[in-house]
Amino acid sequence: MIKFIIRRLLSLIPVILGVTFFVFMVMQLAPGDAAKLLLGEGATQEQVEELREEMGLNDPVIVQYVRYMVNFCKGDLGTSYATKRPVADEVFSRFPYTFNLSIVAGIVSILLAIPLGILAAVKQNTFFDNISMVISLVGVSMPIFWLALLLVLAFSLNLGWFPVQGADGWKSYVLPAISLGFMNMASIARTTRSSMLETVRQDYIRTARAKGVPKRDAIVKHAFENALIPTITVCGIQLGQLLGGSVLTETVFAWPGIGRLMVQSISSRDVPMVLGCMVVMTVCFSVVNLLVDLLYAFVDPRIKAMYS
Amino acid sequence: MAEKTIEIKDLVVEYRTRSGVVQALNGLSLSIEKGKTLGLVGETGAGKTTAGLAVLGLIPSPPGVIVSGEILLNGKDLRALTDKEMDQIRGDAVAMIFQDPMTSLNPVMTVGDQIAEAIKIHEGLNHGDALKKAEEMLEMVGIPRERAKEYPHQFSGGMKQRVVIAIALSCTPGLLIADEPTTALDVTIQAQVLEMMKGLKEKYEMSMLMITHDLGIVAEICDEVSVVYAGRVVEHGTLADVFDNTRHPYTEGLFNSLPNIENQAEKLKPIRGLMPDPTDLPLGCPFYPRCDHAMEICRTKKPPKVYRNETHFVECHLYNEQNIGDKEEKWR
Repeated sequence: MIKFIIRRLLSLIPVILGVTFFVFMVMQLAPGDAAKLLLGEGATQEQVEELREEMGLNDPVIVQYVRYMVNFCKGDLGTSYATKRPVADEVFSRFPYTFNLSIVAGIVSILLAIPLGILAAVKQNTFFDNISMVISLVGVSMPIFWLALLLVLAFSLNLGWFPVQGADGWKSYVLPAISLGFMNMASIARTTRSSMLETVRQDYIRTARAKGVPKRDAIVKHAFENALIPTITVCGIQLGQLLGGSVLTETVFAWPGIGRLMVQSISSRDVPMVLGCMVVMTVCFSVVNLLVDLLYAFVDPRIKAMYS
Repeated sequence: MAEKTIEIKDLVVEYRTRSGVVQALNGLSLSIEKGKTLGLVGETGAGKTTAGLAVLGLIPSPPGVIVSGEILLNGKDLRALTDKEMDQIRGDAVAMIFQDPMTSLNPVMTVGDQIAEAIKIHEGLNHGDALKKAEEMLEMVGIPRERAKEYPHQFSGGMKQRVVIAIALSCTPGLLIADEPTTALDVTIQAQVLEMMKGLKEKYEMSMLMITHDLGIVAEICDEVSVVYAGRVVEHGTLADVFDNTRHPYTEGLFNSLPNIENQAEKLKPIRGLMPDPTDLPLGCPFYPRCDHAMEICRTKKPPKVYRNETHFVECHLYNEQNIGDKEEKWR
């Protein structure tokens, strides 16, 4: 098991290399000149050239990339073109906001989605099932920024219960967490329902009932434990995406998280900052995936047997 | 008359689906005396499993509905019990072994926990004591107790069926319903498992309902046989009655479908045709479309029970009180 974890952590290295390389190249393709952007409209051609030379932008792309990676290995993610501050500082000061919001939204959505999915499966084709599936269909299909704007309109502007923007106190978490959580809840609930529908019909549920296990326990214990794998998978994907920063939600709520930082950095062609954000997102996603895989082993002994 | 562990009277069960009402049981009656084994024999779809599930109150509903009839366990009407009372009976007074051991164990629970679960529910033991008893049960079915910590995927099919049997027997039920317990197993394992079941049944003085399509198994472990066709018992008697004095043409057909080891040159005589569509059963005898001896009356009128002796009866128009005792029936 420990071997498995080490192997998985090592496999992060090529993933990070690949992601940074790809983003590096794509940023080169984008039009515009970082030096020009930094110096502003009034800069002369010589000033721009000088700065380009100073920043190493005239070197071949591959040389720039290798230089970046060498510094990266030393723990230096570069200096932001826009703010002139170290990228690492900037990224890590923003990350906790995204992290907290993700955890709150994740917990809210999981706590709501799983009972909803189980109940919908057990009461398949009843009124409750139809209603809950319509709700989650709405959740899956509704654009998140639109939901966010509606929430702001209703609860901040009209009712004045929660702040419109910013991250200041628990109240400011409510609306962003609801917008993110609702969308995630929808897909988790749908997945839970469909995998529960499969497991409640399995023979071992009948065996459990035949030995006297009450219906509720058979559903919650026997059926749900077996339905967990797809549910965990979806939860993991959702959490990974949340940790990467929700670009749209953070933008609507002016949330000082990593998603918004990345959008700002892309528009200012702040390559080091974009790369820094990407690295954090990649690591988050990979770590969450690793956790999901470990959780699989915890839930299903057959998977555990494959790992060791 | 000896005490009856289970008595089913005129049980009618329907599966009401969108494509029609499937009449799974059409007035099925059977009874098992204490300590005896009844074989329930018939083709796939005859309603054998439904009968077993009905006793446990586990007919999937919807679409299954018990329309009428009585199920008496030690004289107590099970249909009158609440869900909670039934939970207490399942696994305790009545236990069931299912056909496919590959799918009937929970893949994410250790086998020890799965056995202990039943013991905890019915005997109120704490987890540790229940687990200890579960290990004893494992040993009894011939599995080393250390393996209680293992999961179903670490066992072979025959071993899994032993685990299922250990679960079923863990609270020493008075009635064990075995639904084709060996069908999914290799022949060599079949014999082992059957032998073991037979021994355990005697040890615990259980009654057993052996649901099977295998007449060999019936001959080996049953005291009485009920032949089921389209949800009804068409012939019933002791082993000797049914095997040596076969009366119903369907039962005859079942025997003729078996290969004869002494005369391998003899051709098998399978019963022609298929079971009638259970959503649209014939008006008269359900077997008449496939019967070589069908008469006009078979098409229109359900055959009554005709007794050959106290233990043996048949539902067939070929017989009446006068000719049923004859050694050479008129149609042979």
